[in-house]
Amino acid sequence: MHPAFSVIFLTTLIGAGQGLFLALYTGQIYALANLLPAQGDEFYAFGSLVALALLVGGLIASFFHLGRPERAWRAAARWRTSWLSREVLVLPLVMALVFAYGLAHWTGHTQPLFTLGNWLAVDATLLIGLAATLAVFALFVCTAMVYAGVRFLEEWCSPLTVVNFTLFGLASGFMLAAAYSAFIGNQLVAFFGTWSVIFTVIALVSRFASLTRNAHLRHKSTVQSAIGVRHQTVSQKAQGATAGSFNTREFFHGRSAGTLRTVRLLFLFLVFPLPMLLIGAAYATQSPTLPIVAFAVQYLGLLFERWYFFAEARHPQNLYYQSVA
Amino acid sequence: MSQLALVIDLNVCVGCHACVTSCKQWNTSGWAGPLVDENPYDADPTGTFFNRVQTFEVGTFPDTETVHFPKSCLHCEDPPCVPVCPTGASHKRADNGIVLVDYDKCIGCKYCSWACPYGAREVDEQQKVMKKCTLCIDRITDLTLPERERKPACVLACPTSARLFGDVQDPDSEVSIAIRERGGYQLMPEWGTKPANHYLPRRKTRIYIDPEELIRADNPLRKEDLTTYSGEETLDDVTW
Repeated sequence: MHPAFSVIFLTTLIGAGQGLFLALYTGQIYALANLLPAQGDEFYAFGSLVALALLVGGLIASFFHLGRPERAWRAAARWRTSWLSREVLVLPLVMALVFAYGLAHWTGHTQPLFTLGNWLAVDATLLIGLAATLAVFALFVCTAMVYAGVRFLEEWCSPLTVVNFTLFGLASGFMLAAAYSAFIGNQLVAFFGTWSVIFTVIALVSRFASLTRNAHLRHKSTVQSAIGVRHQTVSQKAQGATAGSFNTREFFHGRSAGTLRTVRLLFLFLVFPLPMLLIGAAYATQSPTLPIVAFAVQYLGLLFERWYFFAEARHPQNLYYQSVA
Repeated sequence: MSQLALVIDLNVCVGCHACVTSCKQWNTSGWAGPLVDENPYDADPTGTFFNRVQTFEVGTFPDTETVHFPKSCLHCEDPPCVPVCPTGASHKRADNGIVLVDYDKCIGCKYCSWACPYGAREVDEQQKVMKKCTLCIDRITDLTLPERERKPACVLACPTSARLFGDVQDPDSEVSIAIRERGGYQLMPEWGTKPANHYLPRRKTRIYIDPEELIRADNPLRKEDLTTYSGEETLDDVTW
């Protein structure tokens, strides 16, 4: 498949935004249980603003994927059958809930509404945050199922795609939370950093699993089943166009196998070991800038990861476009 | 219920591209606006087509065979491109089973093309919407045309009658009989999309000739040969 930058930025930006929100909410719950020092409302409000900015950035990027962005509102119509339609519905819902979560903190709606079991004081932010958490996980599933739901793209059609998208969002989001904490200088860097490393390690396992799966994948379709001729040797001599078509532009990445290997090495280095080393070094040196560098490096790596995700998928229609003339 | 479809006979297709040009001519001139071309007379020409003829070589030289392979939307009975469309622009007509795109609803997200294993859909690079074969829906349903012209442009243009058009769910239609009696098959059956379009396979026409059939063995005079010859003309000399 041709890696489109609109979709690469959409999936990585909203992933980091979703992860950042989950990190903030996790921090709030830990503070509620007195496992972490409580933070001021500004911490959550500004953090939500950053998460919202990432979600909006992703949404803007997605418009560049559309031929007719002015009709984008129509995409909400077929949520019963289309994962893309579901994503289009859940993304604004997540944005609204993250905005409401930040706003509730900013306006100080933190007086307990009721108390559960004499010890859990439930306020508006906790309820909105719970709803937003559910919506965030629904969005991870919807975004990933847009790709994992296309059964013809066998590299993507696997539960591992959903697991990877979720884990990469969590890892980059918690890393961003660590960077945010380091930037404003509070004590949560180690907490967010540790969780980010945990998610990064699990993501390494699941991404390796999908890389291994795809390396051993035997595609269902062959040129024989594509044209219905039973012969071992079938080669294409003409594809009906001398200089390419939509079919050659959309479904081929047009890069060499060497480029693909390089990108894979790059993302395996930039997403996994380097950010973990940087955040570890930040913990050791109490550096306020290294967590920010760690997030930037991991996000850059995720761009390469998503590029490779598209490039490694081979569509069965390519069997009809093996040779120009 | 009916399911209109094409049946394409690979045995007689000569790869002349008449179906391609007639399709382009009809569908670029219709109510839905042009099928856009870019750089048509320049380097790297490209454009939107509903139908393309591809060529494959089967076997290894010198034992090769050239297969010309016309490819267009197969109007699947279970079209995977339809449920993925987020807007409902991509739809399958209930009355005749033709898969169509509503160009006024399409947002150009290209998701349907990912969900088609045949590569039958092409984005119009200027109108920015997805386009595909309509089986000339504006032509086959036009009651002002004489009935014999109510067929897709490609079918009418084919000089070797390699393209048949009809209802594949009617067991007595020309296309159903052709599929049944001439080994009609579907492309990529492994995906379970149930393409309505079928292809008729290449066939070798062979006859067996016994050497006995080449020698006139039934001439009683030569066979029994009771005559004594002395150089004169025989019956064989005047009849062979």
